[in-house]
Amino acid sequence: MYAQMVQSEATEEDPAKLGEFQAKIDADIKIEPKDWMPQGYRKTLIRQIGQHAHSEIVGQLPEANWITRAPTLERKAILLAKVQDEAGHGLYLYCAAETLGVSRDEITEMLLDGRMKYSSIFNYPTLTWADVGAVGWLVDGAAIMNQVPLQRTSYGPYSRAMIRICKEESFHQRQGYDAIRKMAEGTAEQRRMAQDALNRFWYPSLMMFGPSDKDSVHSAQSMAWKIKMNTNDELRQKFVDQTVPQAEYLGLTIPDPQLKWNEDRGHYDFSEPDWAEFFDVIKGNGPCNVDRLAARNKAWDDGQWVRDGLLAHAKKKRAGKVAAE
Amino acid sequence: MKNEWPLWEVFIRGQHGMSHRHVGSLHAPDAEMAIKNARDVYTRRNEGVSIWVVEANNISASSPSDKGPLYEPSESKVYRHPTFFDIPDDVGAM
Amino acid sequence: MTSDEAFKQFLLRMGDNTLILGHRVSEWCGHAPVLEEDIALANTALDLIGQTQMWLALAGEVDGGKSADDLAYLRDAWDFRNVLLVEVPNGDFGRTIMRQFLFDAWHSIMLGRLIKSSDDRVAAIAAKASKEVAYHLERSSDTVVGLGDGTDESHARMQAALDYLWPYVGEMFACDAVDEQMAAAAIAPDPADLRDEYDALVGKVLTEATLTIPDNRFAHKGGRDGRMHTEHLGHLLTQMQWLQRAYPGASW
Repeated sequence: MYAQMVQSEATEEDPAKLGEFQAKIDADIKIEPKDWMPQGYRKTLIRQIGQHAHSEIVGQLPEANWITRAPTLERKAILLAKVQDEAGHGLYLYCAAETLGVSRDEITEMLLDGRMKYSSIFNYPTLTWADVGAVGWLVDGAAIMNQVPLQRTSYGPYSRAMIRICKEESFHQRQGYDAIRKMAEGTAEQRRMAQDALNRFWYPSLMMFGPSDKDSVHSAQSMAWKIKMNTNDELRQKFVDQTVPQAEYLGLTIPDPQLKWNEDRGHYDFSEPDWAEFFDVIKGNGPCNVDRLAARNKAWDDGQWVRDGLLAHAKKKRAGKVAAE
Repeated sequence: MKNEWPLWEVFIRGQHGMSHRHVGSLHAPDAEMAIKNARDVYTRRNEGVSIWVVEANNISASSPSDKGPLYEPSESKVYRHPTFFDIPDDVGAM
Repeated sequence: MTSDEAFKQFLLRMGDNTLILGHRVSEWCGHAPVLEEDIALANTALDLIGQTQMWLALAGEVDGGKSADDLAYLRDAWDFRNVLLVEVPNGDFGRTIMRQFLFDAWHSIMLGRLIKSSDDRVAAIAAKASKEVAYHLERSSDTVVGLGDGTDESHARMQAALDYLWPYVGEMFACDAVDEQMAAAAIAPDPADLRDEYDALVGKVLTEATLTIPDNRFAHKGGRDGRMHTEHLGHLLTQMQWLQRAYPGASW
């Protein structure tokens, strides 16, 4: 998922108001921007929605890396449309965060100077065309696990953004699977690329759900607030159960010798990813952290004169209109 | 913020004959660019036939605490709803 | 030149323009000055790629059953027929949007004429494309005006972009044997006939943008007849065609 290890803020407020607030959430009444909400709820949401938005925007980069090398005109159009959707999703989420009192520029700057995070997955490189397929299939597949339940989240603007996102996302995972399937059924070299992509993206995809949080106080609070709908382990298991047969269909091997169906549990048993690697990536030591952030900073800095120029023109125009009246 | 583009709320008429519906927001330097951005951002899948934009800080909203007085009176006017009236089946569709 | 050969050349010119420009614009994805612009640029690129598929599919049909992908991915630079304007690198956002505007203005006028083409297939492609391009032109004009008449810095950057790109404008109005044949068959207009309308349109927008059109009418040439492209096209093709070239015959 795109928001990892979001810590809930503690809240110390009027117990009566808190009780009323929680009762609304328990009754599935949406919280809207002007409604009273605990400071902790607001702060946690800003962090979570912001991290999700940043992930969409930084997440454009590894896939956009292949737009100019897409092998057919149709693949190029599909990939471009898909990456464009990610930009749109980032935009919807930034707007949802904005209703909580943090402006687009403010939250953007928090990404750019490292105060806010984005999903660890986007710090991995896309090295072959099969990676584009793997990202759609595995990364979007993992994200959807989390996004579908979040459509029911308690915060109105967040829920509406997620509904729109899920509607648009529906083709993303399919295009990824379709692209990698074509390769799995292709030449020996294409099969090799497909298997290699699965090998590299499998564990980072499992990491997307974050470490186990079944005993986490933060998670419990977020779940009570309905801004987190499932535990990390639940979602990870669901992802594995869904993905294994899809890989088998392709004739690809999941890079986990321990992976096997557990009849008693009715689920697959699987190996944990290397959590030391995960924490390294979170700390900034992933293969692409520095480059990703540098790319975002460059786009923002290089764009400053454009944003300023267009705004200056708009102000001149308005002043001209006022003067003419 | 120093030089931030204003926030606009976007309303789109999805089909002829329908009213405009709020679909989301975006940033733009002025109204003309806001409409263009809305076209690019919110009608990527042929969602609209007409776009309205309004600068977010020009919207006046009822405050949540008014919820009672503003909306509750209409709850008692049940006769405004068609299902309030029993029409004999023999009369046909109405 | 046979009429089929001339027709093919004409179709390649249309399709290669949109192919190469669409490719250039797509390079911005994820790197634009603001999210809204990122999304808008992607829409433009998507339209251009879609138009490419139509023009090159028809060119391939005329060329004995090649696909649009065959033409896009398996020709070398000297067989490309796009004008030089669309292959120059993006530069800063100002140069990208100025290039877009200078092309959109020509493109919209050209497509307006092609709607009346004596060839129904050409007319049908032009009818679809002209709606998209009308919007491209609206958007690029507005942005050129906004940045030209924005801050001192944006003005200076837009003027620099115009100065750099202006020598590439003239090629869009050059006329050769291909154009003569197309005009005689009423398939396409003589490009030279579009110039007055273009100058009026571009002049109006650039004046509003407080920008000065360079005096020089010198025009670089060599793209639309493939005689001499810029050095940039080869690099673009090494990226665009890499997978198709490295794994011949594979299906993606």
